Amino acid sequence: MLSPMYLAATSNKPLSDSSHQPASHQESASHQASVQSQNQPPIRVVLAKLGLDGHDRGLKVVARMLRDASMEVIYLGLRQTTESVIAAVEQEDADVIGLSMHNAGHLALAPRILQALRDAGLDVPVVIGGIVPESDIATLTEMGISAVLHPGSSAVEVAEAVRGSLGEQPVGK
Amino acid sequence: MTSNRDQFTTMSGVPVDPVYGEGPLPGEFPYTRGIHPDMYRSRLWTMRMFAGFGTAVDTNGRFKEILRHGGTGLSTAFDMPTLMGRDSDDAVWSTGEVGRAGVAVDTLADMEDLFADIDLSAVSTSMTINGPAIVALAKYIAVGDQAGVPRDQLSGTIQNDILKEYQAQKEYIYPPRPSMRIITDMMRFTTAEMPRWHPVSISGYHIREAGATAAQELGFTLANGFAYVEAAQAAGLAVDDFANRLSFFFNSHSDFFEEIGKFRAARRIWATWMKQRYGATEERSLKCRFHTQTAGVSLTAQQPEINIARVALQAMAAALGGTQSLHTDAYDEALALPTEKAARIALRTQQIVAHETGAANVADPLGGSPYVEWITDEMERRASEIFDHLLELGNGSMLEGVYEAVDNGWFVGRIADSAYRFEREVNDGTRIIVGVNAFTEGNDNNGDNLLRIDQATEDLQLKRLATVKQARDDEAVSRRLAAVRVAAQDPTKNLMLPVIDAVKAYATEGEICDALADVFGRYVEQAVV
Repeated sequence: MLSPMYLAATSNKPLSDSSHQPASHQESASHQASVQSQNQPPIRVVLAKLGLDGHDRGLKVVARMLRDASMEVIYLGLRQTTESVIAAVEQEDADVIGLSMHNAGHLALAPRILQALRDAGLDVPVVIGGIVPESDIATLTEMGISAVLHPGSSAVEVAEAVRGSLGEQPVGK
Repeated sequence: MTSNRDQFTTMSGVPVDPVYGEGPLPGEFPYTRGIHPDMYRSRLWTMRMFAGFGTAVDTNGRFKEILRHGGTGLSTAFDMPTLMGRDSDDAVWSTGEVGRAGVAVDTLADMEDLFADIDLSAVSTSMTINGPAIVALAKYIAVGDQAGVPRDQLSGTIQNDILKEYQAQKEYIYPPRPSMRIITDMMRFTTAEMPRWHPVSISGYHIREAGATAAQELGFTLANGFAYVEAAQAAGLAVDDFANRLSFFFNSHSDFFEEIGKFRAARRIWATWMKQRYGATEERSLKCRFHTQTAGVSLTAQQPEINIARVALQAMAAALGGTQSLHTDAYDEALALPTEKAARIALRTQQIVAHETGAANVADPLGGSPYVEWITDEMERRASEIFDHLLELGNGSMLEGVYEAVDNGWFVGRIADSAYRFEREVNDGTRIIVGVNAFTEGNDNNGDNLLRIDQATEDLQLKRLATVKQARDDEAVSRRLAAVRVAAQDPTKNLMLPVIDAVKAYATEGEICDALADVFGRYVEQAVV
């Protein structure tokens, strides 16, 4: 059933149609990435949307951001179930799960994926991105979500949230 | 809302003419400057605000409120399961999503509740639904039939624009070709029986929200429009019999003049192509009439109150661009569904544009400006490049070209490229978004007063559905679902008729969509990043 699209890690800067090379976020992200990639294999991230919501703009942008930060992306895309995500994590030996949520389903869907991970005996952090009210973030992190990213998060913040989810896992996970 | 003033003056009392500058004037082919000679002087744009939440009974209450306050147009937002052809009790797909982003409509009973005590011959109803549109329209007709409202008096619009679903919004069920067959069946049915119904609203809004540029929104949307025209002609309909009931739905984003150029170019291209390529002769077939919504994607979660300013400017662009109706977004929509207060401020914002700014006094007030005329031409030129590519893919057929570009991922790839380019510009600081990558003081406080839909809605809807299923004649339901399958296998049959029969037996939306999927299959997107 799975037909993911794979994005291999890259260090070049695709799609930059500006000759202007600002010494800001992007530079430091690739720097960190190259340091990291010398020491260990790239982080493998499964990206998916659970449920019916079709807003995939953010998830696609995140896929390219992570690729540019030298990670490997297994892009499952839309209409995934907890089962299909878990299957992909097992099959692909993924390090992190990134889920995009845009229609207020996060409080129902997050516990389901966490439970499914526990049932499968997997210790893989979950990062959520999308429209999540500020006041729900504590609830989500308490239940075991590693990080929540908002619209407007920079490439650096996205990459750091993924790396942070591996480095600083909450105690008890 | 109508304005009946005899004389139009500036705030300082200076009399102003209905239009300035050279022809072709507004109301004259190719309608670059507007579709009516005096535009908003005789009739302001319709302020059509989108609503829907919870159960049908909840939304019915909101509808009646709108009508009590003088509104005549209702606009229905459905929840995700309803939009995807899934019933509320679908344990795999619907749990947690029932009644959240709109109203849940499973069976005819819900549609009866939705329009209870509302005279369907006196209102116009817009239904924003695509994949299962045929089921929603059948239910609306059935409610009208029950109330004794003749079908030719039902007035409204169903979005029913499946092509942009494969390109952007992703609320499809079946593959493109059978979906197109359903749509041409609906066009044929409404052309014969429902002259006041708009069977397709060709929508660029979602294409833009997914990341397209203004020129891509324009090019993809009009190409889709031409594809529907070609499909209807191929189904034996005469262009002047249906083209006057095609309408459009565009986005109004933040680059003020580019948006205005896009709206002006849309009218010119549509009129020219309808006349020259498709042989339309009636004036109404040539006029590109459109609804506009301000750009939801431009709203920031950071300092959400400043979104009010963004929405005001986007609303102004829509007015200066000559829209026929307008929805203004609420400032808190980057955080959640709008609160009542935020929705009211959004409506007030367009009322200020309409009544205080003087923008409605003169048709196409920016026409003749060298920059506005240039960017109008430039939008047209860039859209033409898109048409050329699609016609080449389709060997001269826009319909085949669009199918091909859906199949080979061209649309989604172009949209993803544009979205990523924009994101990188924001990231590297070459594009400033206030509150996001600049002027961030004050970002610490947001999201206090958000609208929340509680679990009770879902429980209530599940109970409602169970009751309806218990009371109906299951044998009649399976008989009529079988008839839907049979008609689906025979392209000479019009699917509207068996679908109307099925909803009248209280078959659920999910059951009818499943029956069609048995024959048509389900579309699975090839992921493109």
